[in-house]
Amino acid sequence: MSDHSLSTAFYFLLKRDLTLSIRRRAEAVNPLLFFVIVITLFPLGVGARPQLLQAIAPGVIWVAALLATMLSLDSMFRSDFEDGSLEQLLLSAHPVSVLVLAKVGAHWLVTGAPLMLVAPLLAALLGLPSQGMLTLLITLLLGTPVLSLIGAIGVALTVGLRRGGIILSLLVLPLYVPILIFASNAVELAATGISVTPQLSLLAALLALALTLAPLPTAAALRISLS
Amino acid sequence: MKMITLFFHRLSSPPYFYNFAGKLLPWLTVLCLAFLLTGLYGGLVLAPADYQQGDSFRIIYIHVPSAWMSLFIYMVMAISGGIGLVWRIKLSEIVAICSAPIGATFTFLALVTGSLWGKPMWGTWWVWDARLTSELILLFLYLGVIALYSAIDDKRVAARATSILALVGVVNIPIIHYSVEWWNTLHQGATVTKFDKPSMHIDMLVPLLLMAVAFKLYYMIVLLLRTRCELLIREANSKWVNELVESQ
Repeated sequence: MSDHSLSTAFYFLLKRDLTLSIRRRAEAVNPLLFFVIVITLFPLGVGARPQLLQAIAPGVIWVAALLATMLSLDSMFRSDFEDGSLEQLLLSAHPVSVLVLAKVGAHWLVTGAPLMLVAPLLAALLGLPSQGMLTLLITLLLGTPVLSLIGAIGVALTVGLRRGGIILSLLVLPLYVPILIFASNAVELAATGISVTPQLSLLAALLALALTLAPLPTAAALRISLS
Repeated sequence: MKMITLFFHRLSSPPYFYNFAGKLLPWLTVLCLAFLLTGLYGGLVLAPADYQQGDSFRIIYIHVPSAWMSLFIYMVMAISGGIGLVWRIKLSEIVAICSAPIGATFTFLALVTGSLWGKPMWGTWWVWDARLTSELILLFLYLGVIALYSAIDDKRVAARATSILALVGVVNIPIIHYSVEWWNTLHQGATVTKFDKPSMHIDMLVPLLLMAVAFKLYYMIVLLLRTRCELLIREANSKWVNELVESQ
């Protein structure tokens, strides 16, 4: 390879991570299964009354998406940390924050984006009115990347720990609150036919903020975790 | 100006700070007690009862200063953590990490007093009100900082990791606060504002401000005590600690 530019590094890292997760398909499917199972548990737990399910559907889908993303976060840096390729990444001449963005992007494509495929199905199971469906997809499209980006900070801080899982949830879940509020509120209002442009704009603003800011603390945290 | 920089430069050296804090502590204690006693007397005895809430409003003298402290300490933690990250000053890392449990305690106190106040006013112990909820999330942020610090064995690495977490939290606190506010609010509006005429009687306001100062002084005392203790632990093998132990 003669081309050493940042964009090639970004592209190759993204491709590498995607190839790795395609080779380990079972790992990528697990968060999706978790998402489906959690949502299946709710009608069993709260009772199958259609009005109740319809009322809680946006919140339930979003909480499940939050938890599914959080459980999948650990795979973002773990194997790279264990086989030492994360150290190579930090030694590279390119800014680590941009390389981190490639890894987060790959993680989102593997775990966040598939949620959008099954979410309409689950929304239908919970009886969410069809006019809320498009908004649900848009909120997932805007919201799940933010979950991956914020989650990356938490994983970077805990990657060196042997039992980082529980701490990770304590670090990351409080930071997920705004996304949960705006997204489930948007879906709820959309289901009743009210315009949700402000909520979607706020979600888009959070995405822009997370895209620009989150990689910096992630890179700093990785350096600390590997020091 | 040069004197001030020199002073701060010297203050960042552990033995100097240890002695300086030791000399400062008795003064702070006296000052804190003075503010606390006058504030409590003013609040519990002199201030008139509220025309709607009766005497139960008096819990404000604990509740509001604790809520102020909960945010203030988070800011102190993040700023001193940031200073520690940038200039690698060991002392400010220690100040950041010693602030976390104190801040968590104040947050917890604000939550408990808020819930005690809510019972006669709103009729329930807990409502999913915006400010109570964001205070609860703030408590989780504090607990996250404490958990991360205790999970990492190397304490210098741990201090730097928690500093990053505190800085991330500081960016997020306003976002969380406004999103929760927007989600649901039942809380009474702020009664003390800087620019507007406060919607509170002056006899009620003065003790509240006295209590706020007393709480700040209390925080400084506890922080200095904890920092001194942490310094001794971290520098246990250094010359000045050994000399200190021998001289005792």
